[in-house]
Amino acid sequence: MSPDNVPILRVNDLLKRFGGFHALDGLTFHVSSGEILGLVGPNGSGKTTAINVISGLYAPDRGEVLFDGTSVGGMASHKLVHRGINRTFQVPKPFMSLTVRQNLEVARTYGRAGASGPSMSDLLEEYRLADVADRPAHDLTNVQQKMLDLVRALATQPRLLLLDELAAGLNPTELDWIAERIKALAKGGLAIIVVEHLMGFIEQITDRVIVMNAGKEIFEGTLAVAVKVPEVIEVFLGGEHAA
Amino acid sequence: MPDTLRHYLFIAVPLLVVLAVLPSVYNNHLLLFNFVIFFILAQGVNIIYGFTGYLPFGYVGFFGAGAYGFALMVMHLNSPAPVAVLAGGLVAVVLGLILTPLLRLAGAYFSIANLAAALAVLHLIANPALESITKGPYGVALNGTFNPTWAYAGAVLILALTLGIVVYLKNSSFGLALQAVREDSFSASMSGVNVVKMRTIAWLASALVAGLAGGVFAWYVSVFYPDNVFSADFSIFAIVFALFGGVATICGPLIGVIILYGIYNLIGFTTPQYFQLIYGLLIMGLVLFLPAGLVSLATRRGWNVP
Repeated sequence: MSPDNVPILRVNDLLKRFGGFHALDGLTFHVSSGEILGLVGPNGSGKTTAINVISGLYAPDRGEVLFDGTSVGGMASHKLVHRGINRTFQVPKPFMSLTVRQNLEVARTYGRAGASGPSMSDLLEEYRLADVADRPAHDLTNVQQKMLDLVRALATQPRLLLLDELAAGLNPTELDWIAERIKALAKGGLAIIVVEHLMGFIEQITDRVIVMNAGKEIFEGTLAVAVKVPEVIEVFLGGEHAA
Repeated sequence: MPDTLRHYLFIAVPLLVVLAVLPSVYNNHLLLFNFVIFFILAQGVNIIYGFTGYLPFGYVGFFGAGAYGFALMVMHLNSPAPVAVLAGGLVAVVLGLILTPLLRLAGAYFSIANLAAALAVLHLIANPALESITKGPYGVALNGTFNPTWAYAGAVLILALTLGIVVYLKNSSFGLALQAVREDSFSASMSGVNVVKMRTIAWLASALVAGLAGGVFAWYVSVFYPDNVFSADFSIFAIVFALFGGVATICGPLIGVIILYGIYNLIGFTTPQYFQLIYGLLIMGLVLFLPAGLVSLATRRGWNVP
């Protein structure tokens, strides 16, 4: 993995409030093409909110989201998709009554215009969905629905991919397999942000992690270093465990 | 043969041909006309509910607006009937545009707000203060346009347009994207679909066909009151027919109209007590056993129903 030096995504001083609760409180980070960045932190630390703001579900209350040098904070999601941002969902949300193939057809037709990429059959084959291509999405297992969600995102030809707990629920063999796929995607130039609770998985695929707590970054670097930082240990395990 | 062509050739064309020929062999022209109107309205409900998931309890608002659009054109501008029918469609589209903010509501909230909107339009038109314009609650009696034969032909033509829209939705990536929006609007926008634009187009298309149907209905009957053309029966029948047959298909709403409107006309007038009993049982049975409509008898077996 050889990340470019120019970040494709830069978020500066993001603030997102829900009532009096600050889900994001001055979050700043960047990610480059070809890089896999991990966002880790305890539940409620703002990881998914960060993804939701970057993917256009929420407009930030303050701060900016710069994608490819352009400010895209608060932009409608479909426009972000056309610019090259996409995501998966913690709980996959495929179009349940449509077939797997139709799910992808929507993404391919309405995704990033003019982009060329792998064919639908290649995507289905690569993510083990070829056998169920003509079945409605509600017939799929949870793991297959997760793969469909991922392939739906990939079918829009993204340049930045946000993965929200893709690995949850996968068995060890599937984890190794999907880790290789994600690394291959990054090698192909895709910038990837991974939100994940499985630290082994994060360690396996990321170049760098941001540890978040209460909507802020408290550490940036490799996971190997992060696990030795007292502040990081404290937010994950509680004060008495900190060295 | 591409699916679109097959659907035109084997569903739309035969139905339209039968409806075009029937008046020469069957005398109850009013009944045939009403069938055509309900084919249009059930398919109009199909466009907005089947493909986007919005259940329009106040769908009759567009129909009534179309009927009054026709009447106003004829009364005040002496417009020829076909032009007035088009104006009826246009009035419904304008009403649809005014009501687009309703699409921000979901589920029952949308349905109730839509019902309220239809009632608001009814009471605006039926307002005695507007008698000089709309004839208020006293109803309209149109002179010079009465021509049931041509009105019937116009209705069949509007049905052709409506079927054309539904066949297109069933077979196009646009229709697929609408269904994606119905399933999960945020996932759809993350597939690159402009959700607001798509919904609005479907909403206006659905308004257009109901408005045209209202216009041609006004042409056919020529004498009517606000309560006739804004009757909630139109909305309820159109919705029940579409749901009974099965929405998001081309055949479903047509089958629903043929069976339920057929039963209504067979026994609805002669023995209304049995009609209501049978209707009630059919609808309960449908909700309990076939929530996706009659067509699901086939789709459950893995057959593809157009």
